[in-house]
Amino acid sequence: MKREIKELQTKANQIRKNVIEMLSEAKSGHPGGSLSSAEIISCLFFKVMRFKSKDILWPYRDRFHLSKGHCCPALYSALCLSGYFAPEALKTLRKTGSILQGHPDRRTPGVEMASGSLGQGLSIALGMALSARLDKRDYRVYCLMGDGEIQEGNIWEAAMAAAHFRVDNLCAVVDYNRFQIDGRTEEIMNLEPLMNKWESFGWHVIQCDGHNIEELLESFDEAKTVKMKPTVIIAHTVKGKGVSFMEHVVDFHGRAPTEEEKDIALAELIEIERIEEKKGD
Amino acid sequence: MEKLYARDAYGKALVELGRKDENIVVLDADLSGSTRTAFFGHEFPERFFNFGVAEQNMMAAAAGFASCGKIVFASSFAMFATARVVDQVRNSICYNNANVKIVATHGGITVGEDGSSHQALEDINYFRAIPNMRIIVPCDAPETREAVVAAYNNPGPFYIRLGRSKALSIEGRKEFFLGKGHILKLGKDVAIIACGVLVSEALKAHRILEEKGISATVVNMPTIKPIDEELLVELAKGHKVLFTCEEHQIIGGLFSACCEVLARKFPVKIDRIGVEDKFGQSGSPQELMKLYGLTAESIVQKIEKELR
Repeated sequence: MKREIKELQTKANQIRKNVIEMLSEAKSGHPGGSLSSAEIISCLFFKVMRFKSKDILWPYRDRFHLSKGHCCPALYSALCLSGYFAPEALKTLRKTGSILQGHPDRRTPGVEMASGSLGQGLSIALGMALSARLDKRDYRVYCLMGDGEIQEGNIWEAAMAAAHFRVDNLCAVVDYNRFQIDGRTEEIMNLEPLMNKWESFGWHVIQCDGHNIEELLESFDEAKTVKMKPTVIIAHTVKGKGVSFMEHVVDFHGRAPTEEEKDIALAELIEIERIEEKKGD
Repeated sequence: MEKLYARDAYGKALVELGRKDENIVVLDADLSGSTRTAFFGHEFPERFFNFGVAEQNMMAAAAGFASCGKIVFASSFAMFATARVVDQVRNSICYNNANVKIVATHGGITVGEDGSSHQALEDINYFRAIPNMRIIVPCDAPETREAVVAAYNNPGPFYIRLGRSKALSIEGRKEFFLGKGHILKLGKDVAIIACGVLVSEALKAHRILEEKGISATVVNMPTIKPIDEELLVELAKGHKVLFTCEEHQIIGGLFSACCEVLARKFPVKIDRIGVEDKFGQSGSPQELMKLYGLTAESIVQKIEKELR
């Protein structure tokens, strides 16, 4: 268990380094929310979810839908580390002709459905979850949402319907980093009391530290045991997590690091990695 | 000829398709009695999902179903199946080329008494510019059945627009082929190109014009996208003037689609019958057709003026 947690943390760190490198190379994109979701995505792709990167359309695969599409660099890194495509592609993010579009697109091996226009992903995940029921398949559907994103009305239409249809193979995650483009969520459009909102819509709600691998794994395990209702994990995270000058800084929601910032960020992430390596010894 | 509800034909076609293909799922947004998706819901309750009054969720969920191999029919009134959900249809359905057939009823001004908020007159325009989307406006119940089957047989997104009222079954109509129009009456002075309920008005106009010594061609053009370019050019070559007739705004529908082709391929004088950039209002369907100039008489008047 200990070792596994360490490995998942290493993968999360790798995702962060990839995110910084990709965005710096692309010269645009969204670092803040990509960094805050690194552990969530690491746990899903390297432990929780069942899939075969060499058999992309394996019918029994768990589905992952990135509803907060702008954080796709983290997803692309995880797909690459899972073997869906070669690492060279990461350098092409956002460039003409690339398989890695600025927001998720089906031309990327491993991406189930495009996203980017916020608020639609939970509905798509619901359709996937209901399809599993019709086909009598036991795959699960995971949907990662942003906190700013759930200000969209469409999300709450989907939330109401998922509870109504009693889909228990649907697990949503809110990357609750408390920032959106224009500022703090509590100032722009308050989400609280967030737990009560989901509960009152009929969901099983779990809250956890979205950077704590152990807590995340426990949450995903708990979600699997919940019957007759969908589960949402409210993952408390830090926007820009792992890079000191990006943490809690709204500017880095949608600004790529400069060459200089990239070097500092990577140095910091390597230092974090080194400290964590030591911890395990 | 008999008058039938196109939406009845839709509901029956769904049941027929549902019996032979268990991959079909049907979604509705609290209007299943009116759209007739309830026919399917009664026979296949496990494959029918009522999303309540939440069309945005229904459309994006439709894309989710399609991503798992389902053939999805999603229905509501034309107003709520288009205007309300353009983003979901563009980004979740069409961009993913999802196998979703949006079949809307209550399109156009013949919705009648419910008034402007329920009279979709811009619906074709909303969807026409979206890549991957195909648009069909059947003229009667039998053509509706054929269009629904065609949509089922062709993977990818469709928008099929049906009316609320009964429609006269068109005599001499040919079998529906996606992307094809066909000539119902062959004349030489003017060609009238119509879709939906305006096809029967165009045929009426043809008879009146004949009495007045004007020879009109009448074309049924059910597929608005992709429009039948070949037939349009042929018509333009053989007639002095063309006329389009549609129960839609004059902007963005059949008229626009025809002009876009002919301006490039064979410029010719082309005029139109449609709702003249106005909102509708309450009234009986027949009264509103008259008031908004969508009758055979209006067609005749405009054509006479044009040819004078």
